[in-house]
Amino acid sequence: MKIQKTEIVDTFAEAFKMWGARVVITADTKQWARAAAASMTGFATSVIRCKLEAAVECEIRKEDTPDHRPGVSVLLFTMSSKTIAGQLIDRIGQCVMTCPTTAAYNGLESEKTVSVGGKLRFFGDGYQISKVIGGRRIWRIPVMEGEFLIEDTFGIQPAVGGGNLIILGTNKYTALQAATAASNAMREVAGVFLPFPQGVVGSGSKIGARYKSMIASTNDAYCPTLGSISSKGVLPENVEAVYEIVADGLNEEAVKEAMRRGMHAAAGKGVMMITAGNYGGELGKYKFYLHNIIKESNT
Amino acid sequence: MTTTFLRLHTQPDVPLEAEAISPVAIAGLSELGIEHLPVLHGNIKAKIGDFFKVTGKGVPDILLEGDLGKIKMIGAGMSAGSITIEGNVGMHVGIGMSGGEILVKGNASDWVGPEMSGGRIVVKGNAGHMIGSAFRGQAIGITGGEIFIHGDAKNEIGNSMRRGLIAIGGDAGDFTAVNMRAGTVIVMGKMGVRAGAGMIRGTVVCFEDAPMLPSFEFSCKYQPLFLRLYLIRLQENGFENKITDQHLNGKYRRYSGDGIELNRGEILLFSR
Repeated sequence: MKIQKTEIVDTFAEAFKMWGARVVITADTKQWARAAAASMTGFATSVIRCKLEAAVECEIRKEDTPDHRPGVSVLLFTMSSKTIAGQLIDRIGQCVMTCPTTAAYNGLESEKTVSVGGKLRFFGDGYQISKVIGGRRIWRIPVMEGEFLIEDTFGIQPAVGGGNLIILGTNKYTALQAATAASNAMREVAGVFLPFPQGVVGSGSKIGARYKSMIASTNDAYCPTLGSISSKGVLPENVEAVYEIVADGLNEEAVKEAMRRGMHAAAGKGVMMITAGNYGGELGKYKFYLHNIIKESNT
Repeated sequence: MTTTFLRLHTQPDVPLEAEAISPVAIAGLSELGIEHLPVLHGNIKAKIGDFFKVTGKGVPDILLEGDLGKIKMIGAGMSAGSITIEGNVGMHVGIGMSGGEILVKGNASDWVGPEMSGGRIVVKGNAGHMIGSAFRGQAIGITGGEIFIHGDAKNEIGNSMRRGLIAIGGDAGDFTAVNMRAGTVIVMGKMGVRAGAGMIRGTVVCFEDAPMLPSFEFSCKYQPLFLRLYLIRLQENGFENKITDQHLNGKYRRYSGDGIELNRGEILLFSR
């Protein structure tokens, strides 16, 4: 199967069940909201070492935020429902509350919730005040600039982590251009975020290594410099650079849609192949078959 | 039919206690069944049918017509559904309600929403004394819900309230939020004397200047972000003409009190 001149490999992306939360950060200005979001989503590219994955989902118009100030939506995923509350508390507490003029609201309606503001309120040292506004409990924590607002509980829900595309280019420039185009297209999908820098991975990994201490190591099968050395080498001769895009989403449909848009955006001159990473289908709950995604979108 | 209609055909001589006019009480009843529900005319037992013409079976949405200024306790204990009152209403409307909505298009008498724990009461006109207040002898007033009075209200609004929101579009009388435990009272007009007397926690907001008790101390002038959430909610619920951008973005003078109690309450006065 081809899109333009790019071959779409008949394979699938293997993805995992994760737990997701959405945090709506608002501030007096867009710049401060962005600053808080950037801080909160720092060091959050992969659960392998960061213990969570997080990124900005989108910016929100001030008319659409709870306090009618400029906002940024952040998605944060962990592997377990038991660890997500701690991550939210730590990251909102250290990265959002410390950022001038910000407030943090729950952005995910869900039956399952975790206490976040309910724990961070203790920073108020007894001076915190609770308000129930339209059925939502908000904590007012007195801080040096005035008050920090945070919602008492945040909804969490099962989510999908690890949807991916691997883009094989004839040179670094075209491959990165294609990956960037794919990344931009994929980030437009609501409920999806790309946890790596600008959404593009320059050093994808495989599970395990020859060293016992490593749970992941370089994906040698796709390293152009190892074309003649690695026993798993799969790269066609003309491929000079490979980029991966990892997409996490609040549900399967969102990830699928992001992958569809990504393939269409990346395909074209200089991109020889688009494939996907999997582990034989035995580890992840979800399988996203590239051909099926394309076929479904054509029907 | 999706609404149960009750039209007043005989004005009671003395106040009529009509707890039965509530979605809970009429649920599933026929017209005749509703007309036979008991009411108390002074101290005499009577039936709804003695005063109202009922049209439609008992469904969760009730429409009442006529001058109901002498009809008390409408919507007692309601937990869902809606009651629309085309004119005025008597005392104790929404007593003990925990959900649903009551809309009074005219004026309401005293004691709107006593012992309320949820739901919403909206009065388009004025209201009397003791809105959302504890009954005499009770330590705790309303424990939740919202009471929106678009006009003026009289004394002791939110007496001993523990939770919930009371918004007054016009002026408030004296002793607003007296003995307040927690919750929020927002007055968009003027406020009488001794607001917040004996309050332990909670918030009183007034768009106009108001006399402060000496047991309240000035803390600071600031822009309370949490108040935006309340004001936006109120704008979305019919107060858009009373709440301006100045109120949303402006500064408020914060007073802490009551010093004779825990001193964790606050009165916020809009600063022009």
